[in-house]
Amino acid sequence: MIFAQVVGTVVATRREDGISGAKYLLVEECTHQGESRGRHHVALDVVDAGEGEMVMIAQGSSCRQTSLSERKPVDALICGIVDLVDEQGRIVYRK
Amino acid sequence: MQLARVTGTVVSTRKEQRIEGIKFLLLEKIDAASMGGKKDYVVAMDSVGAGIGEVVFYASGSSSRMTTVTDGKPSDAAIIAIVDSIDVKGERVYQKDQA
Repeated sequence: MIFAQVVGTVVATRREDGISGAKYLLVEECTHQGESRGRHHVALDVVDAGEGEMVMIAQGSSCRQTSLSERKPVDALICGIVDLVDEQGRIVYRK
Repeated sequence: MQLARVTGTVVSTRKEQRIEGIKFLLLEKIDAASMGGKKDYVVAMDSVGAGIGEVVFYASGSSSRMTTVTDGKPSDAAIIAIVDSIDVKGERVYQKDQA
């Protein structure tokens, strides 16, 4: 997984994903310390993340391993909201 | 998934049997910060009936085969949604038919 920050929402009524009950968020890749890396993705949100939160993104076929995304055309999925990151005993990110 | 704008269509007469009848669109990837084109292009199968000028997002890799149109097809990019609007940090940065 990679780290990313939720920066916005993407609304689409015309979609062929076969998914109901989950929204798409715009996320920007970041370092484990929460610094922006500039690259954006549209990710399916199954954990109800909010804007500004640091999240973990699963990519590729692995993100189809949830009940909501199984056999669905999803290649980026928010699989967790990060509370804190500890690097060698030092907290480098806290929500 | 990546955001992109539909910039054209791709026609291919001689192609693998299984992808006959499928619509191919030319997409230019979009920088979400500025909503500008990145001059980075990709050919994607269309599963939603997208039109030229529309902002869409597409799935890559094996995930792109998980639509009724692309199931069992040699696809590695499929448009799965037409974007109505995008909000970034509480501000509307894209609204369909207004951009």
